[in-house]
Amino acid sequence: MGFMYIDDMKVEFENEKNILEVTRKIGIELPTLCYYSELSTYGACRMCMVENERGGFEAACSTLPREGMRIKTNTPALIKHRRMILELLLAAHCRDCTTCDKSGACRLQELALRYGVKSVRFEDHRQKKPLDTSSKSIVRDPNKCILCGDCVRVCREKQGLGILDFAYRGSKMRVMPAFDRCIADTDCVNCGQCAAVCPTGAITVKDETDIMWKYLNDPTKRVVVQVAPAVRVALGEQFGLPEGTNVMGKIVKALKMMGVDKVFDTVVSADMTVVEEAGEFLERVAAGGPFPMFTSCCPAWIKYAEIKHPELINKNISSCKSPMQMFGAVIDELYGNDSERELVSIAVMPCTAKKYEVSRPEFTRKDGKRIVELSLTTQELANMIKNAGIDFANLEEEFLDAPFDMGGSGAGVIFGVTGGVAEAVIRECAKDKTTAYIKEMREVGVRGKKSLKEAVINVDGREVRIAVVHGLKAAEDLIVSMNQGEAYYDIVEVMACPEGCIGGAGQPFALRPRRDKRAKALYRTDNDMSVKYSSKNPETVYVFDEVIKDRNHEMLHVHYHRNEK
Amino acid sequence: MEFDLKRIDEIIDACGCEAKNLITVLQNVQAELRYLPNEVMEHIAKRMDISVAKVFSVATFYENFSLNAKGEYVIKICDGTACHVRKSIPILTKVRELLELSEEKPTTDDMMFTVETVSCLGACGLAPVLTVNDKVFPAMTPEKAEQLIQDIKEGKIEC
Amino acid sequence: MLASRQELTAFREACKAALNAQKIRILVCAGTGCVAGGSLDVYQRLIDICKEKQLPVSIELEEEVEHESIGIKKSGCHGFCEMGPLVKIEPMGWLYLKVSVNDCEEIVEKTVVHGEPVERLFYVQDGKTYEKQFDIPFYEKQTRVVLGQCGQIDADSIREYIAEGGYTALEKALFEMGGEQVCDEIEKSGLRGRGGGGYPAGKKWAQVRRQKEEVRYIVCNGDEGDPGAFMDRSIMEGNPHRMLEGMVIAGIAADAHDGYIYVRAEYPLAVKRLKRAIEEAEACGILGENILGTGFAFRMHINQGAGAFVCGEGSALTASIEGDRGMPRVKPPRTVEAGLFGKPTVLNNVETFANVPLIIANGVDWYRSIGTETSPGTKAFAITGNVKNTGLVEIPMGATLREIIFDIGGGIKNDEEFKAVQIGGPSGGCLTFGKEQLDFTLDFDSLKKVGAMIGSGGLVVMDEHTCMVEVARFFMNFTQNESCGKCVPCREGTKRMREILEKIVAGKGTLEDLELLEELAETVSKTALCGLGKTAANPILSTLKYFKDEYIAHVVDKKCPAGVCSALKTFRIDETKCRGCSLCAKKCPVGAISGELKSPFVIDSEKCIQCGACQASCNFGAVICE
Repeated sequence: MGFMYIDDMKVEFENEKNILEVTRKIGIELPTLCYYSELSTYGACRMCMVENERGGFEAACSTLPREGMRIKTNTPALIKHRRMILELLLAAHCRDCTTCDKSGACRLQELALRYGVKSVRFEDHRQKKPLDTSSKSIVRDPNKCILCGDCVRVCREKQGLGILDFAYRGSKMRVMPAFDRCIADTDCVNCGQCAAVCPTGAITVKDETDIMWKYLNDPTKRVVVQVAPAVRVALGEQFGLPEGTNVMGKIVKALKMMGVDKVFDTVVSADMTVVEEAGEFLERVAAGGPFPMFTSCCPAWIKYAEIKHPELINKNISSCKSPMQMFGAVIDELYGNDSERELVSIAVMPCTAKKYEVSRPEFTRKDGKRIVELSLTTQELANMIKNAGIDFANLEEEFLDAPFDMGGSGAGVIFGVTGGVAEAVIRECAKDKTTAYIKEMREVGVRGKKSLKEAVINVDGREVRIAVVHGLKAAEDLIVSMNQGEAYYDIVEVMACPEGCIGGAGQPFALRPRRDKRAKALYRTDNDMSVKYSSKNPETVYVFDEVIKDRNHEMLHVHYHRNEK
Repeated sequence: MEFDLKRIDEIIDACGCEAKNLITVLQNVQAELRYLPNEVMEHIAKRMDISVAKVFSVATFYENFSLNAKGEYVIKICDGTACHVRKSIPILTKVRELLELSEEKPTTDDMMFTVETVSCLGACGLAPVLTVNDKVFPAMTPEKAEQLIQDIKEGKIEC
Repeated sequence: MLASRQELTAFREACKAALNAQKIRILVCAGTGCVAGGSLDVYQRLIDICKEKQLPVSIELEEEVEHESIGIKKSGCHGFCEMGPLVKIEPMGWLYLKVSVNDCEEIVEKTVVHGEPVERLFYVQDGKTYEKQFDIPFYEKQTRVVLGQCGQIDADSIREYIAEGGYTALEKALFEMGGEQVCDEIEKSGLRGRGGGGYPAGKKWAQVRRQKEEVRYIVCNGDEGDPGAFMDRSIMEGNPHRMLEGMVIAGIAADAHDGYIYVRAEYPLAVKRLKRAIEEAEACGILGENILGTGFAFRMHINQGAGAFVCGEGSALTASIEGDRGMPRVKPPRTVEAGLFGKPTVLNNVETFANVPLIIANGVDWYRSIGTETSPGTKAFAITGNVKNTGLVEIPMGATLREIIFDIGGGIKNDEEFKAVQIGGPSGGCLTFGKEQLDFTLDFDSLKKVGAMIGSGGLVVMDEHTCMVEVARFFMNFTQNESCGKCVPCREGTKRMREILEKIVAGKGTLEDLELLEELAETVSKTALCGLGKTAANPILSTLKYFKDEYIAHVVDKKCPAGVCSALKTFRIDETKCRGCSLCAKKCPVGAISGELKSPFVIDSEKCIQCGACQASCNFGAVICE
């Protein structure tokens, strides 16, 4: 607590961890390429330097606010140094901006523009390094890397994986997996968070929109699209709509305009997941275990467990398919055997790991066809809408297609945010179907942004211990403490991305305040919906009675065999 | 190539499995194998519960770690300030020329010699110096270096 | 195992008696320099000859003395490396220079048997012969305090160290003072860290002492990476116990129980000596769980660097001890709050710790009587380059460059003209001083004023044949290679500065390049993350300041005034000397030389690539390089 002076303005500071946060508070956005409030402070880009009263320079990201301190944020000397740093970065950087995937969203480009870097005076002896396109989810272009280390830190600090790290040193330093292997040959779980934090085009999400356009323009194909819960509260940002606006109706309309035959809502299959997972949980209660039961919706988590904790696979981890694959199975059942128009099942997801999940052999038909052909990200959908020239912001809303035109229950909607799956499953398990109980659930502690949340709730007389984690590092810590006997839970929800799917790497990039709005929008939708219970949703009833017809195990559950080769 | 991973485990156990011992482990492994093969680094990562990328990252940061097999005789030519002003570069040029080596190709095909530069050996009073397998040779000239290599080849000098 | 103060006192007396029983002591310098010169062979030969002659040789100082003997031992570095291998004869104080195995017979015969000197091995300067070591001008002008015992005692023997008064300071700190008072005493002494910016050591220790965390560490920075500096190496090799004693005292002061010594990989001998010293100290009960029976515990650990200059920076060094890449981190938190393993840490360099026992044993007043008001004490410098007496010197703070280079260093080698001296090395903030600055006094504050740090204390002297642009390029090459790569200004900036300098040295530079160079150097020095990065541009800034004309000559006139940069040389044939033998034309790789046999040849400057092959081949000295 105290006062300091920023550009001669008296500013109060509280618990801000550095002066960069203080300047942000008063509406000054200092330039930075390596600072993320949610990661450790690295301090390497030196762009956020400010000038102190003695004419010295300090990096705002790593300087504590002090009482009476006076700093200037935009002096001629600072501008000169910032420009020089940008010039140095650009000299070693691929400068084909117009053809870069990140063009328009690249922070280096933005800052070069902001500081008016007009020429690069240094010699150009860049040698083109090959792209790594081996991953199903991301593309790594080392020519565009500025060594800010954001990807390294997010992979290590949030996911506990450390797939990417620095190699060599000095001007030979690069970011790469061990031995410069391609990503596909590492233990990467495809979460894509490295691409999300990358300020340039050095790591981007794999763009598969061209394939989608091909399907859309092929009259022999029937294109059926499902849209995940978290997509609807993030896409609008790309078209100037307020953050957290639910744009599901516009998405349906836009997809239809592009030539999609049927649009469904993954919330419907989230409901199916809830019913199945609740059933599985109650079976475990009856059988006395095994506990904890881990959720299985997140494909990055599944892959992580396969690599690090194979003992949990097909055992503690629920056998339920992810909602996307459940819907995929249903769509395949309904339209997959049409000899006239071949089904192409597409998913729009907030997720990059889904691109990997669709390719898994477990989710491939006997004839080799993928159950879900393609998983596009929110961002890819936004790009397609832009491609098509659709005025999204002013689009009319359209209804979903039959037979799933109701679009699921509130319990399915909250799948998109951390804690949502656990909450929905418990809501389903409990015999107490009163509004009071739903409200109690809300307050019990599964909601919120903490990376580990613990709650105990009474389910029909049995105390159920719940843990909810997001970020695989948090999951790992939890598993370790359980293995050491320090913690015990009945049900554990794991999501790899920050605060669940709303922070997915396929979404437009979002830090906390923006993610908060997305989370709120999902909870608001749940509130507004008349159907709160997955099993009460008429569509769920229809699916189980008319489509699945007791083939639950075959259609909705999965046995992973990555480790059984 | 096959490596005696049991021996690597012994080294790790002797140093301790904690991450802080990584550099010491790598040093001791390199002392044994003369370089750090990828398979061995991978094994170390697994045993010490460190990501492989981290092990690779540390191994490539420090000058003394080598990812390629080095020659039997490692010649380090000091190019510290004192040696530099007393003309160490002509010695380096001469030695490389004699052994047909370059910055990119530091080791002879017969795996006998590796030629490297080092920023300062702290023997500035004797500049210019070079070392062969850590033995210091003072006040060198290109001619003396030539003789030295000849002597090593003929087995007249032990290093 | 010594379990009380009384036992230590008794042990010291026994060691003294043993030392006194050696009627003559031969100390063969076994510092890196002399070892490279063959001093170990000299040592062995001396022992062999004595044994052949059945003289009573004692190699190790034994506790039980039965009879008088001749002590032959390996000492640490004397500092006079130029004259090695050195052999010191005690108690006479004679110093023999450039001793070879062939001299050993005579040394034993004359000196050992008859107590007479071997005069031809004495130092001679300006026609005068110097018998005693400390009469030699090189030593006479020095104030050897911290290095005092280096070269005078057996570096491998804790007994000799104790006999010479070693560990009395520890004794005092443990039994008479306690942590609080030690902090006070060191703060009052004004001791400032010798490795970098000169932060008061006592203040730092007290800060760590005040931390709430229970676990704290003492870390000794022995990663002396500056090219041209080897003071710390000499202390670690020559008097390891002095440094260990300083660290344990710091442990008492900061209430820490673990000490880490980080030694650079290039110093294997220092590691060997330190390991032995630690083992001996543990065996004596001076290190370990219960020091001298007081219950105070202090464990010593050694970490060997793996070859990264940047690890001399505090946070990079602790990262390296933690097993990570040695990349500096942003501060806060400061090392005293969260250093090694995130715990409060005292981090000082070797020389700083080596000062501590002297201050505790001799008192604040004694210490403050040396040096200047704000920079008390002495400073060790390694003086190298184009100077007559290269080696290690110790002088009071506040001495001038002239005193060091001319009085102690003996002036410029081959009596050439002095041109510049580079001080502090890349990490100390390399400043290149010209002739006009020779009367500059060296202390923490004077150097800070000119934008440098006393750093580790390397002094590299350069004569008129040194091209300052080339020197700047050399340093930039060094910092570029040693940059950790973390922050943009240092990683990219040093690369570009080197690139521009290479261009200038190659004769392709323009005035715009010079401007860009200056601008870039400014950004790097203002915005880099760590101290090393901030000083990386100093060689350029200081040479631009003092030797701008040399840059201009390279860029505008395409000439290298010192005649160093080969691309800027022009070769021509002196008609009066050329005999027309055609040898040069045959040697020229590009066919730039032509002419008629028996009449003078000419070089086509357009074709010439300045390789110098013609000059080397000419038997008549007819090829002239300008």
